Amino acid sequence: MNFDDTPQEAEFRATARAWIGANAPKQYEEELRKSSLGRTQLKNANILEVAKAWQKKKADAGWACLHWPKDYGGRGSSPIERVIWQQEEGPFGQLSRMFIIGHGMCGPTMMAFAREEHKRSYLPPLASGEKVWCQLFSEPAGGSDVAGLRTRAEKDGDDWVVNGQKIWTSGAHYSDYGILLTRTDPTVPKHKGLTMFFLDMKSPGVEVRPIKQASGASDFNEVYFTNVRIPDHQRLGEVGDGWNVSLTTLMNERSAIGAAVSTGFPELFEYCSSLMLDDGPAIEDRAVRSKLASWAVKASGLKYTSMRAISALSKGERPGPENSIGKLVAGSMIQDVATYALDLQGAGGVVSGEDAELAGRFQAMLLRAPGTRVEGGTDEIMRNIIAERVLGLPGDIRVDKDVPFNKIPTKGRG
Amino acid sequence: MNFDFSDDQKQLRDQARKFLAEKCPPKAVRAVLDGKAPYDKELWKGLAEMGFLGVAIPEDFGGAGAGHLELCVIAEEMGRANAPVPFSSTVYLVAEALLIAGSDAQKKKWLPAIASGEAIGTLALFEGKGNPSPNNVKLAAANGVLNGVKKPVADGAIADFAVVAARTGSSGRDGDISLFIVDLKDGGVEVKGLTNLDPTRGQAEITFKDCKAEPLGAAGEGWSILTQVLDRAAVLCAFEQVGGSDRALEMGRDYALDRIAFGRQIGSFQAVKHMLADMYVSATLARSNSYYGAWALSTNAAELPEAAAAARISATQAFQHCAKNNIQVHGGMGFTWEFDCHMYYRRANAMALGLGSLSYWEDQLIDRMRKKNAA
Repeated sequence: MNFDDTPQEAEFRATARAWIGANAPKQYEEELRKSSLGRTQLKNANILEVAKAWQKKKADAGWACLHWPKDYGGRGSSPIERVIWQQEEGPFGQLSRMFIIGHGMCGPTMMAFAREEHKRSYLPPLASGEKVWCQLFSEPAGGSDVAGLRTRAEKDGDDWVVNGQKIWTSGAHYSDYGILLTRTDPTVPKHKGLTMFFLDMKSPGVEVRPIKQASGASDFNEVYFTNVRIPDHQRLGEVGDGWNVSLTTLMNERSAIGAAVSTGFPELFEYCSSLMLDDGPAIEDRAVRSKLASWAVKASGLKYTSMRAISALSKGERPGPENSIGKLVAGSMIQDVATYALDLQGAGGVVSGEDAELAGRFQAMLLRAPGTRVEGGTDEIMRNIIAERVLGLPGDIRVDKDVPFNKIPTKGRG
Repeated sequence: MNFDFSDDQKQLRDQARKFLAEKCPPKAVRAVLDGKAPYDKELWKGLAEMGFLGVAIPEDFGGAGAGHLELCVIAEEMGRANAPVPFSSTVYLVAEALLIAGSDAQKKKWLPAIASGEAIGTLALFEGKGNPSPNNVKLAAANGVLNGVKKPVADGAIADFAVVAARTGSSGRDGDISLFIVDLKDGGVEVKGLTNLDPTRGQAEITFKDCKAEPLGAAGEGWSILTQVLDRAAVLCAFEQVGGSDRALEMGRDYALDRIAFGRQIGSFQAVKHMLADMYVSATLARSNSYYGAWALSTNAAELPEAAAAARISATQAFQHCAKNNIQVHGGMGFTWEFDCHMYYRRANAMALGLGSLSYWEDQLIDRMRKKNAA
């Protein structure tokens, strides 16, 4: 048991560190380091432009999409090298946020299902950040139940004509392309009538509208499709096989191993270390210490769980399912941490924004937290996944499993 | 990075699991639970023969001279099997105290006897309610004899010798405490068994009356040695707790798959599934924290105090969580004497107190994190 690199890993790390040291946009380092709580913005620069410039610089030097084949704009690196890169990239990795969906989900799906000429023309600019991609799966009627989606694609000559609405699409407003899951046959059970495409987000009939979230910010969008034409050669996988194609996309979410999840704990510990309560320093208070300790072991447990997964990668093994707990634990923890930080501020905790304690850091965390427990799979879906895939418990009894999609009820009461 | 046990260590774990599955089935645990024997003597002998008792004891002192990572994997299996033997008292606490502070003669006398299974040791620290603290040690040592009462003393009724924390000063500082070795067969002690939460691991009250004792380590160094011993034992106990958590989770999972109610497996209800998923989360966090503790223990890293406290807290929470919800998944049957669920519930809650309670370790963790940050 050790935390040492193998000689090859050490060499790779040294090379990566040297290149990052010489090329990273250091003027933003401090700002990026502090932006660990879900939202990244820069005071005096457009973060999209900074991120694209950094990604292009990496791509030109062969440091973009490390795990992708070289032919498609990657480096052909091993999974462990990718983790080492993330560790070395540190706060500059925050600049990759807007590419996560494209690089982590859209790219791998294209690699598995697109035509070779499409791969060669679309993947390199995706890797280099010149083109940004989004993923269009969720709908108002299908969040956790993705296969219940209603956006229709109907064949018309060599094209498909798409009508419907997507929701919760991250980055749609600055995306150039997207992968889109549609219903092509409503007369068969829901999982069987789906088909996947990729499309140009500038196609006529695509309309992107930002969602104003409960937090007041807008990170996501609704996307409306009105008679949008997609050529058949942009279909990914067979007609009716969209569910299986989407599983490839979702499986690639696992490649996020090694990426640190935010729990809010380091921020809370730092805060409590200097905070004075009415009757003395917060850190001397038994109740505060007990809470901090409980969260400390969750945060460290997640960190070392991730290290176990990295070790498996280092040995060329597939990491086990342990890593699936990260989002489940961190999501509700960050909410609890924020709530508690405000409790410690007493009545003054109600003030948010620049005038608030720590410029409203914990208030912002509190307002953003409900989203973290829903996006990318709700807490309940994550528990189902652990129960079914890790513990081997039975799947839910699905009353709509063998029912043609157009016969499934669409309303509860009334 | 290799944040995992080696193939040899995993092989040892498999070997220990196989051995314990054969020699320590629930029936054997039950024999001690029902009071038929104070501990499982046959199993203790077998553990000695397998070399498990002395796995981390150097060869010069009759051990296998492997190491603490090896001891961690065995500890996990002991916890999984709920083994009714004085393993933690003898191996995690007393052998570690001897290794840290024993003279050559003391090591030569006691360590080979531990490794061979001939001597059971115990740490006599507590005096009634309260957590580890120099202030809670009242038992007095003067002129080579001890006077006072220790309770609860884990495995005290079956122990051959004890490491005893005693007061040798009254300055109100850590230096007031010294450690002693007492051969419990030499007289000067009265031992009374106590009923306790987990009858598969006995607890006793030991009264020392002008009892002859030999110093262990330098005078006034007792608290400093104990702190190290408790940290090391915290990591090893965490592995037992991780093993117990996993077993309790498995029992709950298996029952959820077997039991039919409302015409379906109860494991198909989300209320049950989610409870089991949360148990898995606790057990996984505890395992990962314990691995870090194992690394720190095996390398004597400066991080050990913090790592040990984190492992202790995480594993205590996980075992309590898994053991109680295992009963919940079983419903009424889980609350019968006949089902094994309560054996893990008892062990989980007894272990949660054994080295000091959860709140004590929470306090320790925060102190240690502050020290690190200040440094």
